[in-house]
Amino acid sequence: MRKLPLEGVRVLGMTVIFAGPYAEMFLADYGAEVIRVESIQNFAPSTRGQYVRPPKGAAGYPNGDPGERPWNRFATFNSMARNKLGMTIDITRPEGMEIFKQLVRASDVFISNYVPSVLDRLGITYEMLKKEKPDIIYARISGYGDTGPYRDYRAQANGIDAIGGQASTRGYRHADPSELPGSSAADPAEGVAAVFAIVSALNYRDRTGKGQLIDMALVENFITYNPEPFLDYSMNGRVQGTLGNRDPIAVPSGNFRCEGDDNWVSICIFGDEQWEGFCKVVGEGWVHDPRFKDPLSRRKHEDELEKLVESWTKRHDYYEVMHLLQKVGVPAGPVLDEAAVFQDPHLKARGIFVEVSQKDTGTYLYPGALAKMRNAPLVVRHAPVRLGEDNDYVYKEVLGIGDDEYQKLAETGHIGMDYAVGVR
Amino acid sequence: MDQQALSGMRVIDLTHYIAGPACTKRLADYGADVIKVERPGTGDGVRNIGPFYHDDPHPEKSGLFLYLNTNKRGITLNLKTRLGKDILLELVKKADVVVESFRPGVMERLGLAYEDLEKVNPRLVMTSISNFGQTGPYRDYGMTELMAFGMGGPMYHKGQPDREPVKYGGMPSIFHAGAVASMATVVVYYGMCRHGTGDYIDVSILDTQIGTLDGRVSALVQYQYTGHVGPRGAALGVGPAGAGSGMFPCADGYVHFYGGTRLERQTKMMGDPPELMDPKFYDPETQADPLVREEYEAHFLSWLMRHTKREIFELGQKTTNVCAPRYTIDEVLEDPHIRLRDVFVQVEHPMTGQVKYPGRPFVMEETPWAIRRAAPLLGQHNVEVYSELGYSKKDLVVLRENHII
Repeated sequence: MRKLPLEGVRVLGMTVIFAGPYAEMFLADYGAEVIRVESIQNFAPSTRGQYVRPPKGAAGYPNGDPGERPWNRFATFNSMARNKLGMTIDITRPEGMEIFKQLVRASDVFISNYVPSVLDRLGITYEMLKKEKPDIIYARISGYGDTGPYRDYRAQANGIDAIGGQASTRGYRHADPSELPGSSAADPAEGVAAVFAIVSALNYRDRTGKGQLIDMALVENFITYNPEPFLDYSMNGRVQGTLGNRDPIAVPSGNFRCEGDDNWVSICIFGDEQWEGFCKVVGEGWVHDPRFKDPLSRRKHEDELEKLVESWTKRHDYYEVMHLLQKVGVPAGPVLDEAAVFQDPHLKARGIFVEVSQKDTGTYLYPGALAKMRNAPLVVRHAPVRLGEDNDYVYKEVLGIGDDEYQKLAETGHIGMDYAVGVR
Repeated sequence: MDQQALSGMRVIDLTHYIAGPACTKRLADYGADVIKVERPGTGDGVRNIGPFYHDDPHPEKSGLFLYLNTNKRGITLNLKTRLGKDILLELVKKADVVVESFRPGVMERLGLAYEDLEKVNPRLVMTSISNFGQTGPYRDYGMTELMAFGMGGPMYHKGQPDREPVKYGGMPSIFHAGAVASMATVVVYYGMCRHGTGDYIDVSILDTQIGTLDGRVSALVQYQYTGHVGPRGAALGVGPAGAGSGMFPCADGYVHFYGGTRLERQTKMMGDPPELMDPKFYDPETQADPLVREEYEAHFLSWLMRHTKREIFELGQKTTNVCAPRYTIDEVLEDPHIRLRDVFVQVEHPMTGQVKYPGRPFVMEETPWAIRRAAPLLGQHNVEVYSELGYSKKDLVVLRENHII
């Protein structure tokens, strides 16, 4: 069997919520040994659930049942927990910190996305890590980065979307900004960037023997996902607002109601050639209206055009509209809810979903690889990791700790698979 | 400059428009030698897409092209000619990575499929970026930002329940596809350097959204677990009633709060007003009562309306609230923190002079992101790159006359 690209690399992850765990998943998928460092003495909300023991019916658990060990059954956590290993240690106690340092010495990469001040308080700094492992690569993810006045500010994806300018360019046209739909896009974007950064740093380390600190701010990476308005501002002094679903080039561009209950199709028409293809498919009198004869006229009469387009789409199935229009070269596609995504024939044919069984959760389909590698396809070697699941391996094989000490650490609340009594 | 993380990595870039160039931009900006191959005469189609410098629609003044192609060397080459193909193979021989974004099947028809390229370079890493991937029934279909976010992403849930779903501003889904492609490429390149084996990567813009821009990965798993499809316009709140969560108006604009279970922190920010000391505002059960929420938010809003977004940001953060101002594009550039961290960079280009671009996505302390050169003019590095391959100036004249470069 051919080696996976990151085979031989060990990553230590102390991450919460989304961006960090998401990055860990890719590193693990690509072959790194990713060890999650968790504590049975501390529960980070929004990671392995909102509460240690949520009430029955809480969102995100199989059939609404949190079960015996809810922390191993939470959808958001499990959606990106495959292929990782899990160990527990309470680093707020000296013997726990000692174990953590041993782990650092045995690792190539450390990744965290706690607020910088929290890590400072724990004494986890780049200097400290470097002392244990001189060529360590430390990816430090936060909302605003490792320097500057907002360094210790708390952030969440919706706020990053707001301060980074994206919020002012999205949502319905003419809408009250307080009705803006939520956004958590900055988090996954950051996870992907973190993997790029870490692997680039590994490349440099292999060439030179030097590790480094990677300072990652969600807001900065997310700005690179929406450069046009910044360029327009610096080149033309224009402050763009929101276009809704409209497009600077395509007319029409929008989501149109289709047959059925709350079904929508996205259609964008670029230029005359696509417009002519569209007209042929629709075959109704209004398409020959002089108001729509060229791109400028269509732009001028966009409101009326959108209504007429919808009068046609409403009488058709959303998939049918996609196929009819795509065949004449007009980009169109259905707006899919979660149920429809799992039924989509193309995604099925591409084998996007993988079936995974996890002891405490059962067997379900999960989204698989985002990019398909021909010789090293995604293999799920480890089901979504349960709290402390790999303590044995990590303590005994990675750290070489003897049975007696292991036993003692278990008795003193470091090692375990359940949160300590009283932790909420 | 072998001081950058990816110095020494050589990439032949056969991409155009947005997702592909966004992928190779990351590689180039962190040090790779990216040779961008454009079609003679017209070049990358994104040269015709705005915003343009001073609203002058000129192929060397497209802001999007200039932004997406920093640090790349640009050559022209006609891949439909026999000699053009041979020259490409020579380039591939000396490269580590090929990234392309033609329609599926085009590289095969040109005789430049992975199997062909692997013959001249057995350790080659090749990334193909396409709308729907190299296989599957929609393989040849067109793609847009709206579709990527609607089919792959969670657009269904964005907007009001009685209205159409609504997208993000700009093209973040397409940029995300580029970011995923750059991640996969650098990973396989690393594997090649370490283990000596290349690979072929099939990146589908749709696939990159499935596990996701905007948390779709968790929504899909949640659906698997519960069979539940969430509504459109789901509340932003995290607490039982979502009180104090979302985008709120203030004296000079809007601020975003992530409140819910942390309402005491908001009250503290407001200086603990006596009217808000009643425990009913903080108990998860009573908090869920719409009347209680209304009473709370009336106080909250009237306080917000007396403060500016910057004041609220500062006071809110001091009292450990998760909050942020909603900035318009010009305000982002004026923010003191963003200015101090050099998030935007001035780039000098012969056709535009100095223009401010969004800069690094992250800081690598030892091997910094850097602008070594602006985006190439069409064919700007023909002489430089082709002479590296051993072609003389005379040869270049012949190539030019035969419409090969």
